[in-house]
Amino acid sequence: MATKNIMIVGVGGQGTLLASKLLGAVLLDMGYDVKVSEVHGMSQRGGSVVTYVRFGEKVYSPIIDKGEADIILSFELLEAARWLEYLKDGGQMIINTQKMEPMPVIIGDAKYPENITAKLEEKGAKVDALDFLKIANEAGSSKAVNIALMGRLSNYFKEIPDEVWDRVMEKTVPAKFLDLNKKAFLAGKKA
Amino acid sequence: MKELMLGNKAIARGLYEAGCSVVSSYPGTPSTEITEEAAFYNEIYCEWAPNEKVALEVAHGATLGGVRAACAMKHVGLNVAADPLFTISYQGLNAGLVIFVADDPGMHSSQNEQDSRHYAIAAKVPMLEPSDSEEARVFTKKAYEISEKFNTPVFVKMCTRVAHSQSVVSLEDRVLKNKVKYVKDPTKVMMTKNSRDAHVRVENRTVEITEYADNSDINKLEKADSRIGIITSSTSYQYTKEIFGDRVNILKLGMIYPLPDKLLMDFAKDLDTIIVIEELDPIIETYCRSKGLSVYGKDIFPVCGEFTQNLIKECLSKKLPEALPKDMILPVGNKLDEAIPMRPPVMCAGCPHRGVFYTLKKLNCMVYGDIGCYTLGAVAPLNSMDLNVCMGASCSGLHGFNLAMGEEGEKHSVGVIGDSTFIHSGMTGITDISYNMTNSTVIILDNSITGMTGHQQNPTTGKNLRGEPAGKVDLEALCKALGYRRVTVVDPYDLNALEEVIKTELDADEPSIIISRRPCVMIKGTVHNPPIKPNTDKCVGCKMCMKIGCPAISVQDGKVVIDNTLCVGCNVCAKMCKVGALGE
Repeated sequence: MATKNIMIVGVGGQGTLLASKLLGAVLLDMGYDVKVSEVHGMSQRGGSVVTYVRFGEKVYSPIIDKGEADIILSFELLEAARWLEYLKDGGQMIINTQKMEPMPVIIGDAKYPENITAKLEEKGAKVDALDFLKIANEAGSSKAVNIALMGRLSNYFKEIPDEVWDRVMEKTVPAKFLDLNKKAFLAGKKA
Repeated sequence: MKELMLGNKAIARGLYEAGCSVVSSYPGTPSTEITEEAAFYNEIYCEWAPNEKVALEVAHGATLGGVRAACAMKHVGLNVAADPLFTISYQGLNAGLVIFVADDPGMHSSQNEQDSRHYAIAAKVPMLEPSDSEEARVFTKKAYEISEKFNTPVFVKMCTRVAHSQSVVSLEDRVLKNKVKYVKDPTKVMMTKNSRDAHVRVENRTVEITEYADNSDINKLEKADSRIGIITSSTSYQYTKEIFGDRVNILKLGMIYPLPDKLLMDFAKDLDTIIVIEELDPIIETYCRSKGLSVYGKDIFPVCGEFTQNLIKECLSKKLPEALPKDMILPVGNKLDEAIPMRPPVMCAGCPHRGVFYTLKKLNCMVYGDIGCYTLGAVAPLNSMDLNVCMGASCSGLHGFNLAMGEEGEKHSVGVIGDSTFIHSGMTGITDISYNMTNSTVIILDNSITGMTGHQQNPTTGKNLRGEPAGKVDLEALCKALGYRRVTVVDPYDLNALEEVIKTELDADEPSIIISRRPCVMIKGTVHNPPIKPNTDKCVGCKMCMKIGCPAISVQDGKVVIDNTLCVGCNVCAKMCKVGALGE
């Protein structure tokens, strides 16, 4: 099979690294060759962050370039707009509609764009956008927003059985948060 | 057994399997996880040293004591460790020594983009360069073999994309070598005849290692039915494979110094076109040219910045389109029609550095910055750092500035330096100030942790790398011992006291140290106050509170809003508010 490209984007501190760790482990469990590329260091302090996940029979480059992503999973609305350039023609976006104002917007130097999801669709992206923060809150904690998003993402991998996601979550997530995260995963999937 | 691992974690695995016993490092992105991950193996002693020079000397000392040792650092850390490096190369070892150095093309988290391969050439130390996590593990073990076979330290050079990418790694068992007995050897003292003899030995060694490189499987030849050949290494190899697959000849260099003479010549023999694909400086390219080979390189690809598969395709399609596969496409993405606001990194809500930078801006100070989270004091709306260079320059650079500026500088300028950075390189700078007596003012931003690299302990925190109780440097006593009579400790959440102290010390006619002390809010276990509850009836929408650039504060419909998930109740914004809408 051709290599598939998934980008996980968001704001530093939102838990994108745990999400990519989970996804990477699930894909490895499925027997794929996998590469995951992360951003550490200064960019993590509330900046725009991106993780690349690539899988297939044999993966070489660890990064995804402009116009190459099959799916972009965005933890924040503005970040979906920022990374649109990396989406393939007709690619899928899964978006948490939560808004986090960046500093230039907070101090009045820039405006947070309006109607982002409609504009993304106009540019040919398939958009699956929901308030995953609310979904995570209803499942028990706002901190589980990353897992709720992973649940949503799982809808786009029909070949991966739910047991694999469950098994990997049991290995990746601390035991005391496991029930909460399983609940958030299902809530995101079914929402 | 197979596992998905970061390149840095795979190195730690390699260290474990190679029987490495001592690791001493200073944290620095993108190298930090090597040492942190190695510390999860109880068999390996791991420590944070005060700086990279000390770390390398410790690791070398351990090899003289007879065990395999390592140290890890970022590219600029190698500048600090360069002094011992060049002579350790002469002196030799008693057991294997591997130095991990991580470059940062694209400067994701660095102040410059220097190419560490120059150090391998200059210090005549062999350098290996893995291209993924499995190679990171295997090359680490290989590096120990080479180190002991040729009695030389060996570099393993990483870059951000190899260090911080996860790929599949196979696991093997740990093999511990017997400790080598220490025997006194008078030729080990590096002076006069000993040094001259050692230099000859090093030159001969390089010839021997070049022969080894010609025959070792660390450099790999991939043959194809093509008249085009690509010479590459590290992550550039992965981009090359992504574009060309098996359709061109590839010489994949695992050892970047010394380069394999005979192998290069054999590779070039039947080719019409040879392209060198390497990030940063033209090291391989220059070497090929010196051997009379005609190659393409930096005439096609940039010296600056990080490569990607598309960048390589774009450069080739402009300058050498015939080299690209016919069916190749260059994807382009869509963009929204409007500008997307930037999202630069910001100081965390409740960051103790915020009050200091707000006050320095208010007092219109020239601020000589340093390396750490607090470099974010340079971004809007605080904009209160004038410059930074390297670790410690805030102290010595300020002294030089004040020598030129005189009183005008002394009364209006400060150096700011974090606790860990101060121990790394600030002590010598403040000693220059107290010894040569400019009335300079240095602020130590003591947040009780090494913040930017992800919360490592340091000599001022009283804990070691594993979080166990350890020795603790007393910063006040240290500064006094270094010749300062004026050492003042202040809580940066107390804006009034902070402003008073800074004004007083700028005015003082002798050198001063201000220690701004408050633990980082992100340290596990730090107790936070409840989030601020704004009184919207009182709020007049003046936006005074937004001058401190806290990410938890915004104004919606003319009234202040506090993000409860971010606010830690530091109350600094409340002190900004003139109408008491934030609780004070």
